[in-house]
Amino acid sequence: MRDSTFKSAFNDRTAKTFMAVLFGATLLVTVLNQLFPADSALHVSAYTVTLLGKYLCYALLALALDLVWGYCGILSLGHGAFFALGGYAMGMYLMRQIGDRGVYGNPELPDFMVFLNWSELPWYWHGFDQFWFTALMILLVPGLLAFVFGWLAFRSRVTGVYLSIITQALTYALMLAFFRNELGFGGNNGLTDFKDLLGFSLQSDTTRVGLLIATAVALAGAFILCRWITGSKLGRVVMAVRDAESRARFVGYRTEHYKLWIFTLSAILAGIAGALYVPQVGIINPGEFSPLNSIELVVWVAVGGRATLYGAVIGAILVNYGKTVFTGIMPEAWLFALGGLFVAVTVFLPHGLVGLVAENWGKVKTRFAQNGNASNTTNPAEGDTP
Amino acid sequence: MSALDSLRETFRRDQVFDFMRQGTRPVAPGQLDSGAGKNILYLEDITVSFDGFKALNDLTMYIKTGELRCIIGPNGAGKSTMMDVITGKTRPDSGTCFFGQTLDLTRMSETDIATAGIGRKFQKPTVFPEHTAFENLELAMHGAKGPWHSLFTQLSGEQKNWIEETLYTVGLLEDRNKVAGLLSHGQKQWLEIGMVLMQKPQLLLVDEPIAGMTRQEVDRTGELLQSLAGKHSVVVVEHDMEFIRSIASTVTVLHQGSVLAEGTMEQVQNDPKVIEVYLGE
Repeated sequence: MRDSTFKSAFNDRTAKTFMAVLFGATLLVTVLNQLFPADSALHVSAYTVTLLGKYLCYALLALALDLVWGYCGILSLGHGAFFALGGYAMGMYLMRQIGDRGVYGNPELPDFMVFLNWSELPWYWHGFDQFWFTALMILLVPGLLAFVFGWLAFRSRVTGVYLSIITQALTYALMLAFFRNELGFGGNNGLTDFKDLLGFSLQSDTTRVGLLIATAVALAGAFILCRWITGSKLGRVVMAVRDAESRARFVGYRTEHYKLWIFTLSAILAGIAGALYVPQVGIINPGEFSPLNSIELVVWVAVGGRATLYGAVIGAILVNYGKTVFTGIMPEAWLFALGGLFVAVTVFLPHGLVGLVAENWGKVKTRFAQNGNASNTTNPAEGDTP
Repeated sequence: MSALDSLRETFRRDQVFDFMRQGTRPVAPGQLDSGAGKNILYLEDITVSFDGFKALNDLTMYIKTGELRCIIGPNGAGKSTMMDVITGKTRPDSGTCFFGQTLDLTRMSETDIATAGIGRKFQKPTVFPEHTAFENLELAMHGAKGPWHSLFTQLSGEQKNWIEETLYTVGLLEDRNKVAGLLSHGQKQWLEIGMVLMQKPQLLLVDEPIAGMTRQEVDRTGELLQSLAGKHSVVVVEHDMEFIRSIASTVTVLHQGSVLAEGTMEQVQNDPKVIEVYLGE
């Protein structure tokens, strides 16, 4: 029987390997960026540091989706919404940090409000000048939305394609809302022109490296948390709900409570990913709510492999690296490549890249074992023949 | 039921309230009273119709505590629908369905009914295919079922022993770490019976337990069901007359959604009505 305390999740081999690779890469990039001068061949540019930080944010988002899709079978096509909400919360804090350094020099109002001739700060912008309040909102806003949305959906037993469609509608509706100037989140342009975070300038290399490290720590923490959850009885119930929901109900589980629990946690993780993303890319706009983003996210997880956690992380990093390279060479073909990739993975690799590796590894192993056995059994046979 | 009807029902003139009786403790609402010799399940005048087709038609039936009851009937007689009504999957159009004297099953959710002590084995074996046999039983285990509890809980030695005992009872001790999806059809059936047992049910509903089993497996299943009766009340739905003859004490024959005959296998077999609709074929 597996041991399933939080400590054991921290100590298991997968988590250790994962952390070693993650922190190893982060440390390497940090050292190469900070200790080598800019003209050295070994120097890593701030651009690369930020790019890696961005990939890790995506990886955290993919991890969140894997938790609901891979383990609980809820295909959410609107997880980008939670990511964007976390991002907007962070963006609001960063806007308030600008103070009177904006173009209009208004110490109280962000530039876009001055531009719209607003005289005072809307009520929902209050408190975002405090980091602790912002941190709380980063967790609370996506969490609460997921809780209310999930409560309504799961209680009415909306499942499968229908649930996917309404999650998609959710993110689309939010996108349309955030496009409106009247809503007070900068409309079309979103929030940008950020200056500093907790007093550190966002333009400096040190802050960028710091953000990368913070993202790596968040990703590692989320990974261990998810390992713990999926290894506990809660995880087993959630997988049971995925495989045979009515059975789980007849055994006495309130499956809607479990789904809601996992969905809300996943939304919170997505929100954290968004909050770490915004200071690194320097902008948040309603485009982040676009359904396309959420679908891309599903592709990352599918490519990496569902229900393994590390598969989602690998998928997110690989696909995004591919996107960076591809959009550099042939930007207009990227969406076709992405669509083709999704089709190919669905048809040929139902368990994703991780599944492909695991299968072949298993084959190699059994072949070795068979060879081993074969040689063992032939030896005595040889001894029998005179 | 309208308010007036329920008032009339409550103040029926021939009614003796529990607290008026000598020597009986009144049953608190929501509590199961299932002493020996009492009924554990009351189905009265249940009607269920799907698009005008009456799957159940004024079905009235009682199950005694500790009884092993077999239900037979031709296809479409309403056997599975009856199970659905008891477990809360289908709501009856009219009629009452009580578990003990106070638990109104028509108003409880599937989960509540399962927690109250009714376990069900489906016609098609439904186990959790990606979990091992051991984990399947662990998931079915009686106890707190909330998400937070599940997150922090650890199996105690006692619980492990209990799971292992049940694995032994259903003959799966050796396959405990095998993924349930890879078990044979008969083993899946047993695993599901094991899961139902882990719920510590008062009443077991077993839908076609021997479908797809070999002769030996059938015999073992029969023994298993008989050993369960007494401790639990067991309702078995089956087509196989041979099997029923070997285990049943009381048989109920359903036909077109209502009870056609009830009694021992012998009585039922000699009933001319039954011969006409079912056995005579």
